[in-house]
Amino acid sequence: MTALLAVVIGILYGAGLYLVMRRSIVKLVLGLGLLTHAANLLIFTMGRVSRDGAPIVPPGAAELTAPYSDPVPQALVLTAIVISFGVQAFLLVLVKLAHRATGTDDLDALRSTDQ
Amino acid sequence: MTRALPVLPVLVPLATAIACLALHAFPRARRAASVGGAVLLLLAAAALLRHVDAAEFAVLQVGAWPAPFGISLVADRFAAILVLLTGVTGLAVAVYSLGSIDGVREAHGYHTLFHVLLAGVCMAFLTGDLFNLYVAFEVMLMASFVLLALGGERAQLEGAVKYVTLNLLSSGFFLVAVGTLYGVAGTLNMADLARTLESGVAPGLSTTLACLLLVAFGIKAAVFPLFFWLPASYHTPPVAVSAVFAGLLTKVGVYALVRAFTLIFRAEPEFTDALILGIAVFTMVTGVLGAAAQFEFRRVLSFHIVSQIGYMVLGLGLATPLALAGTVFYLMHHIVVKTNLFLVAGLVKWLGGTLALESLGGIYKRRPALALLFLVPAFSLAGIPPLSGFWGKLVLVKAGLDAGQYLVTAIALAVSLLTLYSMTKLWNEAFWKEPPAPGPREDQPLPWTLLGPVVALAAITVAVGLAAGPVFDLASRAGAQLSDPARYVEAVLGPGAAR
Repeated sequence: MTALLAVVIGILYGAGLYLVMRRSIVKLVLGLGLLTHAANLLIFTMGRVSRDGAPIVPPGAAELTAPYSDPVPQALVLTAIVISFGVQAFLLVLVKLAHRATGTDDLDALRSTDQ
Repeated sequence: MTRALPVLPVLVPLATAIACLALHAFPRARRAASVGGAVLLLLAAAALLRHVDAAEFAVLQVGAWPAPFGISLVADRFAAILVLLTGVTGLAVAVYSLGSIDGVREAHGYHTLFHVLLAGVCMAFLTGDLFNLYVAFEVMLMASFVLLALGGERAQLEGAVKYVTLNLLSSGFFLVAVGTLYGVAGTLNMADLARTLESGVAPGLSTTLACLLLVAFGIKAAVFPLFFWLPASYHTPPVAVSAVFAGLLTKVGVYALVRAFTLIFRAEPEFTDALILGIAVFTMVTGVLGAAAQFEFRRVLSFHIVSQIGYMVLGLGLATPLALAGTVFYLMHHIVVKTNLFLVAGLVKWLGGTLALESLGGIYKRRPALALLFLVPAFSLAGIPPLSGFWGKLVLVKAGLDAGQYLVTAIALAVSLLTLYSMTKLWNEAFWKEPPAPGPREDQPLPWTLLGPVVALAAITVAVGLAAGPVFDLASRAGAQLSDPARYVEAVLGPGAAR
């Protein structure tokens, strides 16, 4: 499972980077989204992916019995997902406004602030 | 009360932001709340620094969860100094906003966002947990995204697209580094990380992660070659917004770099320090050369932010206690001076109606006092004695010579000459030469809301320059603390934790 996830993460990074380097502003947004997903999956995988490994101390026992999944990365990923949701929503509005103000979706045309 | 000190600089601006939101229907009360909140933040920050300077550390385990399981808020002298400077900048810009932010932006939540930004900045300085630092960055970034785009002018939106993209990429790198670091070390508490990595867990991988964080924080701090988003966006929003960005945001990146490379990653210092030193040199040189080619007031200043970041990172790369003290002193000087220069740019725009240098001129003849107000921060930036920038550079040069880095030191001095060239250009174009056309507000007196913060910040610059001794003593106490990470670890995790 971990190996499969590693491949998926690799593909997400590849696709995300490809999209970010395109000139279309919409592809930029999609690419940034994919990069965030890749990062979240990577952290999730860090917490050990396993079936039936809930980190709950069984009744009567003093500590966890191995193997168990680490809950902290999952908590981190939840936080990161919420943050990236807000950022993506903002980004979509920004792109729409920028498109309305400039009339183009070509990133190479957004040069008026560079001179 | 003393125990709550480290959390106050986060809570006060958040409460102010909520108050500003609640007072949506009462514009005058909202403005009063904004300035009042900024005053309270300054007082809280001053109390924190006073306490920390005597007690060395102020640590608060949030929710009384013992470290490293809960979130720790840690104020050492370095963090407390930066929080105080956030308070100073926050108050100056809050007052300045009263006279320069239009009603539409105010109605769309300008004051709320401004205080959320300050809360994020303070949280980044005070947190002792790496994931919490990520959250603080995101709080700060979300507020800055909206502040940058608020108003919806074309240039603002174009600048915002670049700013948002690069900062999101940086956050992505940061998140991956945090996640992998947790996988390697099993903790995200900075003190616990320092202890775990010190004991030699995965030395190769930890250096790789250090470099990933160097890229993530480097984008935020705008170091070479990752700074291009800064001069493309900082001159587009209203002056008050670019002033607070210029003063604080890149400095949060510098803070994160200093924290990461003095506390957490000390496994291969020869490699990382040399890398940082190289980055510092290129940042100084490209920034100042970029500024020489610009002919818009705020773009010149934006490139100078990049160049000045190089000086701060230089102290980190040299990594001696004196050099770290130099970095702290330089940060203290730079935040005040840079904010002030942007605010002066706002005064110039108020008088002349534009910031394009070829359309400006003659301010010295008509407003000699204002011209003097420009000269104080400009000369300080270039490092003319006895202003604050001179002492900052002196300390860094001394540290560079002590460390035997003669070439790097010579480059730093040459860059400071070129800085003087750029400041002279601004002086000649905006203040000295005959104006091509008279500005729109030739005969009106400047409002005190605009003038007051500029005078106050200039007075601080002069005072820091004249009282350089005590200020440098404070900076060197902070530098000594930074070069002794074991104390930090013990302060957070308890005595004996650092072995």
